[in-house]
Amino acid sequence: MTTIQHISTGRRVKDRIVQGLVYLAFALAVVPLVSVLWLVISNGLARFDMEFLTHSMRNIGARDAGGGAYHAIIGTLEQVLLASVISVPIGLLTAIYLVEYGNGGRLSRAISFFVDVMTGIPSVVAGLFVLAFWILFLGMPYSGFAGAMALSILMMPTVVRSAEEMLRLVPGDLREASYALGVPKWRTIVKVVLPTALTGIITGVMLAVARVAGETAPLLLTVFFTDSINNDPFSGPQMGLPLFVFDQAARPNDTAIDRAWTGALTLILIVMLFNLVARLIAWWRSPARGR
Amino acid sequence: MTTKVEIREGGPATSRPAPRRTSSEGLFRWLSTGSGIVLLGIMAAIAVFLVAEAIPALSANKANFFTELTWDPNGSLVFGIGALAFGTVLSSAIALVIATPVAVGVALFISHYAPRKLAAGLGYLIDLLAAVPSVIYGLWGVAFLVPLLKTPSEWLNATFGWFPLFAGDGAIGGKTMLAGGIVLAIMILPIIAAISREVFLQAPKMNEEAALALGATRWEMIRMAVLPFGRPGVISAAMLGLGRAMGETIAVALIFPATFGISFQILTPQGNSIAANIANGFGEAGDIGRGALIASGLVLFVITLLVNMAARMIINRRKEFMKAGT
Repeated sequence: MTTIQHISTGRRVKDRIVQGLVYLAFALAVVPLVSVLWLVISNGLARFDMEFLTHSMRNIGARDAGGGAYHAIIGTLEQVLLASVISVPIGLLTAIYLVEYGNGGRLSRAISFFVDVMTGIPSVVAGLFVLAFWILFLGMPYSGFAGAMALSILMMPTVVRSAEEMLRLVPGDLREASYALGVPKWRTIVKVVLPTALTGIITGVMLAVARVAGETAPLLLTVFFTDSINNDPFSGPQMGLPLFVFDQAARPNDTAIDRAWTGALTLILIVMLFNLVARLIAWWRSPARGR
Repeated sequence: MTTKVEIREGGPATSRPAPRRTSSEGLFRWLSTGSGIVLLGIMAAIAVFLVAEAIPALSANKANFFTELTWDPNGSLVFGIGALAFGTVLSSAIALVIATPVAVGVALFISHYAPRKLAAGLGYLIDLLAAVPSVIYGLWGVAFLVPLLKTPSEWLNATFGWFPLFAGDGAIGGKTMLAGGIVLAIMILPIIAAISREVFLQAPKMNEEAALALGATRWEMIRMAVLPFGRPGVISAAMLGLGRAMGETIAVALIFPATFGISFQILTPQGNSIAANIANGFGEAGDIGRGALIASGLVLFVITLLVNMAARMIINRRKEFMKAGT
């Protein structure tokens, strides 16, 4: 009877080396995350006060201390809300088409392919498109709404993809049960399929919102700058929080740099909040929790 | 004891009139199909309006748009994307070279090395890297990474200065191509890692177990059963990452010193890209200037579109292949 041969030293060493490299790769990927978060929190806390959250930059000179990002926070929230209002219906209906009506035809394959390609559109190109179409071609002014349109282009593919994934998870039995009761297809979709997939769709939308809330480049080209509070996204230049950070970071004074860091901290908090809420909703309704 | 059975008037169900379906059903179907077509329309409109607004500036250009290095559309009307396109390609290439091996390592770690219970949480940690807004990476790059790279850059230059990439006589370190490339690498790492992880997890369990049963070590199993299966997925993931890196704007706009020239010296303070130039040049651009920026954006759009389409085709072919296999 032969004994089982041991693994030779060379092969064992190679196995260990690769294991070490894989662990190292993961550590390397986490280092920048920790470093970024640490730097933003430690530098941002200095000015993270009520004045920052409740005041704008109106009449604050470049060298002055004080001032805040209230106008930028308002702008970002309004622009993101408007972008969702535009992109969620279109994205959701497209997902419904792909899942319920498309049947793998040529149109649905084309749409599916270009939704994937659309996720790769650089954010600055979305901004340039709105600039070219809305502001230069139609002659509209710079406004928060123009920024929201650029953001909605970036949101749409994400919404379509996540909604499509969720709709496909709805069991076919549910649809058939509904058809068997004589319910027409569109009512089946609205009353049975959508409610079943709702939490998943909300999660996807929240993640899409978190993604676009941090976009700077499209706002830079469409919203323009302002230091004052402008609550109306449909007229006049607005500000956005990412834009505020970019603007302050480009100024060569310590007071401005401090404001940039605090703006970055606020932005990260908002983005992480959206992310966290999305994950919580997903976790709350996940089937795994019931077990 | 009898139960009274009520029989409704009106006969069997088939005789009832069919529910009115034509109007609402048709409307709903039309709405959802229309939304899909709107999406296609947006893609077409992006191309059409970028071309339309770029043409006046391009016809006013006094130089060859594709080869000219300088960018002066507001003054002398001499501009071209030669230097910008070069910067875009070089910085993205640096990012890809750094990010791909690390991302594959991360993907393997989560799919085959990490304890099962931790894997999902650790994957979420990597996804968080993608959630950090790009302007914050720019801020971090300028405040933290650029000073950090000073000493290693000087050492690289002193030791490997004969290698063209690390050459340079004047100032070494500062706002360099290397700093921009590293920041881009961090930003594209999550997408490459996420897609590679999905592909590695789909590798056939039978093959993995067969390899282990034949006495392979974990690495030999991965090399024989996982990597060959995952290769197309990793390639397309890297291409998607390349597309992201080329389109990334604000982080590199803060880091690159906006020079116009072609130089392979990644350790000297120089660098620019199409996207960074749009962000930095938009503030002072006049009519022709804006048209010129839109023209450069059109080039960026076409390049990223081609890269993304190629990547998606590889993934889609893979999907069909897998369906046929099962």
